Amino acid sequence: MTDLVKKNGLNKEKLTQYKLYNGLKVVGKDWRLYLLLLPVLIWYLLWMYKPMAGLLISFKNYQPNLGVWGSDWVGFTNFKNLINGPYSTQFWRAFRSTFLVSLYGLIFGFPIPIFLALFFSEIGNKFYRNLTQTFTYLPHFLSEVTITGLVLTLLYHGEVNTGVIANLLFQLNIVPEGTKLFQDAAYFRPLYIITGIWKEAGYSSIVYFASIMGISPVLYEAVKVSGGNKLQEIRYVTFPGMAPTLTIMIILRIGQMLSIGYERIILLYNENTYDTADVLSSFVFRIGLEQGNSALGASAGMFNALIGFALVMGANFISRQISETSLW
Amino acid sequence: MERLSKSEIIFKTLAHILISVFAVLALYPVIYAVSASISGKIAYETNKVILFPVDMNFQVYKLIFDDKGFWISYINTLFYTVFGTAWSMFISVTGAYVLTKKRLLFRKQLNLFVVFTMWFNAGIIPMYLNYVNMNVNNRWGIIVAFGVQAFNIILMRNYFSAIPESIEEAALVDGVNEFQLLWRIFIPMSKASMATVTLFYATSRWNGYFWARILLTDPMELPLQVYMRILVENYQAMIDDMGDLLPYAADSYVYAILVCSIVPVLIIYPYIQKYFAKGVNMGGVKG
Repeated sequence: MTDLVKKNGLNKEKLTQYKLYNGLKVVGKDWRLYLLLLPVLIWYLLWMYKPMAGLLISFKNYQPNLGVWGSDWVGFTNFKNLINGPYSTQFWRAFRSTFLVSLYGLIFGFPIPIFLALFFSEIGNKFYRNLTQTFTYLPHFLSEVTITGLVLTLLYHGEVNTGVIANLLFQLNIVPEGTKLFQDAAYFRPLYIITGIWKEAGYSSIVYFASIMGISPVLYEAVKVSGGNKLQEIRYVTFPGMAPTLTIMIILRIGQMLSIGYERIILLYNENTYDTADVLSSFVFRIGLEQGNSALGASAGMFNALIGFALVMGANFISRQISETSLW
Repeated sequence: MERLSKSEIIFKTLAHILISVFAVLALYPVIYAVSASISGKIAYETNKVILFPVDMNFQVYKLIFDDKGFWISYINTLFYTVFGTAWSMFISVTGAYVLTKKRLLFRKQLNLFVVFTMWFNAGIIPMYLNYVNMNVNNRWGIIVAFGVQAFNIILMRNYFSAIPESIEEAALVDGVNEFQLLWRIFIPMSKASMATVTLFYATSRWNGYFWARILLTDPMELPLQVYMRILVENYQAMIDDMGDLLPYAADSYVYAILVCSIVPVLIIYPYIQKYFAKGVNMGGVKG
């Protein structure tokens, strides 16, 4: 830039004008390109970025009739109320649940798609593999309402009917006879996590399967020639080959630890199971939308989002340090 | 046929068994729902239905098909799915296309602008206030304000940028403009990714529940998912009040409704399924 100033004898003001003119010329020549950019730009501004300004209500005593801008500033009062006020018990309970549900989800849910992908890659019969893949991906495409509807009916324990799965659980003595699974806080988390695995495990295996398929067969030959068995093949070829994908998926999972999908929770939980079921997002929904305390709900939501954001950044940073794989 | 070592045979057998078990488990609730919806009341309530229907009859389907509310919500959902998917695709395709162009000013920043929303968003409450403020509590509002996902834009962007620049240059030399380039070359050349993303958007529109339930007030505008949920919520009351009097098992009715919501997915899905493994793979998860 300084070169340009020296060469053309331009002063700073002229340089700005020159750059602006040049910029307009570039845009003008490519006006079609910039026209195509407009829909996405406007959409994101209106529906993603404009609401971010609405986060200001976390610092306000929000009155619907005064709007976001008209309401009074209250500083950190809402946050104090959450952390140490009348809502703190519920808030911290939700906070703890969010972590626990995510953690259990990670421990039980994360490895299954990897194993599925490994097994899929062993099925030589292409027709059978495609068939089983089609079946296992299917639940991913069903709605949360359908899924929870199925869960509720399969596990329902009423006076007239017993859901077929509840019945099975009773007969196998996994659950004491007559337990009302949806009214008992002890069963919510297992229920939620198993449902999640059922819905997503098959589908999540796609990305691992693709990375296994991308490994050169020569490497497997090499292990075989040197007398390695199947487990050694997996240990020395498959896992290293999947490593970048594994890293990225684990970063994504850690980054999403605090953003548990609220739909299924809200559809499945009830007052009897709040103790184990209520997570931050369902707390935000209940306090903010059902009870109309928008400012408090928004504060809890922001708290949630900021920690989530820090988690993504942190996980990404660590992964870049140890493995040179990162999301960006 | 090459000879397999012992460990390979064990592993292969294990793989076949476990995959088969998992596939059966994945499918079971769906099959069961179909069977339970067309089984007789007594057979169902005495737990005779395990996999296949017993005392088959279709009375609950007749009941559903005679219900006006069901058809209204079904047509509404079709409407939201068709127009919503078209709208989401329009924004995503144009956006993804532009974001691949190296000569675009502020390309990096614009990419970040889209990707950032994957990591941070305003959250339910400010979004809700924005939707109310912008009056999207109606059919067109639901279509316009929802359903564009950064992930899908990135997926397409990565696919588009894999198209060799020489093709673009050749077309430009022939006097093709930017619109024609996108419409006649980029879109036809990325069929797999188009099909994949269309499927993603269409299923998320078809399955959309939460915001429709919160925002829509007119019962004539409710989509199937919301209607279905209301029925499921009334289910308990229905059994307690008149379970004994009904000529069918109350569950059968709920199962039948669930089946109706799954059928379109089952019909379309196998056709597009072959594309998406490829589509997702190409898109990768690069930010």
